[in-house]
Amino acid sequence: MEILQIVGLGLLVAVLAVLLREERPEIAPFLALGFGIMIFIVILGKMGAIIMVFRDLTRRAHIDELYLTTLLKILGIAYVTEFGAQICRDAGEGTIANKIEVAGKVLILILALPIFAAILEVIVRLLP
Amino acid sequence: MNVDLIFKIAGIGILISVFHIILKQADKEEQAQMLTLAGVVVVLIMVVQLINELYNMVRSVFRLF
Repeated sequence: MEILQIVGLGLLVAVLAVLLREERPEIAPFLALGFGIMIFIVILGKMGAIIMVFRDLTRRAHIDELYLTTLLKILGIAYVTEFGAQICRDAGEGTIANKIEVAGKVLILILALPIFAAILEVIVRLLP
Repeated sequence: MNVDLIFKIAGIGILISVFHIILKQADKEEQAQMLTLAGVVVVLIMVVQLINELYNMVRSVFRLF
């Protein structure tokens, strides 16, 4: 199945990265980055199907489309941020990774603000 | 699952380290450095194209505009 290919390739790339790290330390991160992106693309292909199901469910449950799109955006930002931060940490740049994570958190917070406002509005309306 | 890119990067890396050693033996140190730089640039171009493809896919899947 799919997972066998991914694991096999992952082990192979790990060995190549070790080989390259002591020979050419500047090209080794590219290897890890290339493999990470390839797996990300494969996973995103599968994610599309999951998201279609969610979209269909929200439409059937008559939930406002805004919440799902915001949720998807937050999910996307989280994925990409974690991906970038991990690659930077692999290359030994801990500070850059932290900065990327802080930026990701702020962007997610910004995206979540409308939902906070909506929740507060509902709560205020419930209070007597 | 286009696997060839990974092997291209690994191949370039190994080739460059071999050429680097050869050039170092022939005591042409500067050309060895130039060769390493060129190799890194080539790999960078390939990886940037891959990143571009990734971002297009993320943008389409998560509607992240």
